[in-house]
Amino acid sequence: MTELATPTRRPLAWRVATVAAVREESVVARTLVLDVPDWPGHIAGQHVDVRLTAPDGYTAQRSYSLASAARASAGYAVSTVEILVQRIPRGEVSPWLCDIAMVGDQFEIRGPVGGYFVWEPSRPEPVLLVAGGSGIAPLMAMIRTRKEAGSRVPFRLIYSVRDPDTLIFGEELARRARDDHGLDVTIVYTRQTPPGWRRPPGRLDAVLLAEAGWPATLAPACYVCGPTGFVETVADLLVAAGHDPAAIRTERFGPTG
Amino acid sequence: MAVVTRGFTGRGRREVDLPPGQYLTDDFPVLSAGPTPRISLDEWRFEVADGDGTRQAWSWPELLALPSEEITTDIHCVTKWSKRGTHWRGVSLDTLLSGVDSDVGYVMAHSYGGYTTNLPMADVRDGKAWVAYEYEGEPLAPEHGGPARLLVPHLYFWKSAKWVRGLRLMATDEPGFWESAGYHMYGDPWREQRYWGD
Ligand SMILES: Cc1cc2nc3c(=O)[nH]c(=O)nc-3n(C[C@H](O)[C@H](O)[C@H](O)COP(=O)(O)OP(=O)(O)OC[C@H]3O[C@@H](n4cnc5c(N)ncnc54)[C@H](O)[C@@H]3O)c2cc1C
Repeated sequence: MTELATPTRRPLAWRVATVAAVREESVVARTLVLDVPDWPGHIAGQHVDVRLTAPDGYTAQRSYSLASAARASAGYAVSTVEILVQRIPRGEVSPWLCDIAMVGDQFEIRGPVGGYFVWEPSRPEPVLLVAGGSGIAPLMAMIRTRKEAGSRVPFRLIYSVRDPDTLIFGEELARRARDDHGLDVTIVYTRQTPPGWRRPPGRLDAVLLAEAGWPATLAPACYVCGPTGFVETVADLLVAAGHDPAAIRTERFGPTG
Repeated sequence: MAVVTRGFTGRGRREVDLPPGQYLTDDFPVLSAGPTPRISLDEWRFEVADGDGTRQAWSWPELLALPSEEITTDIHCVTKWSKRGTHWRGVSLDTLLSGVDSDVGYVMAHSYGGYTTNLPMADVRDGKAWVAYEYEGEPLAPEHGGPARLLVPHLYFWKSAKWVRGLRLMATDEPGFWESAGYHMYGDPWREQRYWGD
C-alpha cells in the first residue's frame, strides 16, 4: 500500500453541475456529461460526491466515479466530466440520475476525491482491470486516459456482466479493443451470453483470470471494481494466483454481490 | 447556495439525528483499498510501540483473557452510509494503553495488509475506543476487519482500522493511509469532515 497520488491540498467546494448531454450505455446505465465551470481536473479512478436537493431543503449524497479521461474528452471543453450511473431499483439517487435527469438539469458535485484507486500514464507496469457491472466506470476512465495520453502500457480488461442487456459501454469497448493498440478486452457473461458466444455463461474463476489476465511474474498493477462480493472474490483469486496484495487496488461500489 | 434539483423529492426521510450527508442502511457495506488479508490466530499480535520499539504485545489468547465490554453504537462511513445500533464485543483501549504516559499526543493504528490511520490519543481513551473481535454475537468476519479491528465509532469508520495489529505512539500528528489520499486528518461525521479542508 504505497505510491499514493498526491492531490493538492485545497478544500473541496460544492460546484453546480449542469447536465450537458445524456448517453444511454445499456438498459441499466447511462452516462451523464456534466458541465462544471472551473473543474480542477482529475486523475483516472477518482470519484465525485453528488448532492441532490429537494424543494424542502432535504439533500441526498452519493459517490460516483469519474468515467471520462483525465484530460478533456474529445468534443467537449475541459470543464465537462462524465459519470456513469447504473439504476438501482428503489434507490434514492440513481433512479433520479437514470430516469429523470435531462439536459439542462442542475445538481451539485464536489471532488475529485481519492488518491489511491488511480492510474496515471507515467506508470510503467502492465495493467489488469477487472470490473463487475457498473464497476466499469473508473476503469473506463483509465482506458480512455491511456488512449488520450498516448500511453503504450499494455492493458487487459476482464469485464463480468450478467447478460448482454447489462453490458455497459459494449460498443465503445468493442471499438477500443480493435483500435487501441495494446488493449485486450474479455467479456464474461455470468447468466446469459449473446447467441453463438464461445464460452457458456459462468462466473469469473481462476482459470479465466489466468487466461485473460497477466501472470503474477509480470507484476502488473491490478484494479478491481464492482459490487462488494465480486471484488472480494476476485481479489482473493488474484492473491491465490500469486499477485502481490499491495499491487491489487480495490473499489467496492455496493453492498450486494 | 444550494440548487434545488428538479423532480427530486428524496425517498429517505429526514433522519434528524444522523450526521449531515449520511443515509441509513441495513446492509453492512465494505470499504477497503485492497484484498482482505487472512490472518491466522496463532500468529496474530497486537502491539503498542513507541519510536524505540515494542513496549507491550498481546497474543490472541491474551487479548481474549482481558476484560471485554459490549458496545452498542451507531457507525458512520465516509461513503455516506450510517448504520444504527450495531453490537460489538471488544477490549477497551483504556486497558491496552494503561501503561502509556498521558502526555503522548497521537497514535498511528497499523493493520495487517499495510493500512494505517492516525488518531489523537484523547479520542482513543476514556471509553471511546476498543479493539473489537465480535460483531452481532459472532466472530468478526474477515471482510469487516476480523479477527480484530479498532472501533472508534464517534469518528468516520475508516478510523476504525480493520485487521488492526497495533498502535504506534506519536508526539505529533501524521497522516495515515486515507489521510494521505485526500481524507480528513480527524474525521468527525457531525462536522462532516470527509476531505482535506472540510
Ligand atoms: C467510491 C464509490 C464510487 C462509486 N461509483 C459509482 C459509479 O461510478 N456508478 C454507479 O452507478 N455507482 C457508483 N457507486 C455507488 C453509488 O454511490 C450508489 O451507492 C448507488 O448509485 C446506489 O444509490 P441509490 O441512492 O440509488 O440507492 P440507495 O437508496 O442508496 O440504496 C437502495 C437499495 O439498493 C441497494 N444498493 C445500493 N447500491 C447498490 C449496488 N451498487 N448494487 C446493488 N444494490 C445496491 C442498497 O443496499 C439499498 O438496499 C459508487 C460508490 C462508491 C462508494
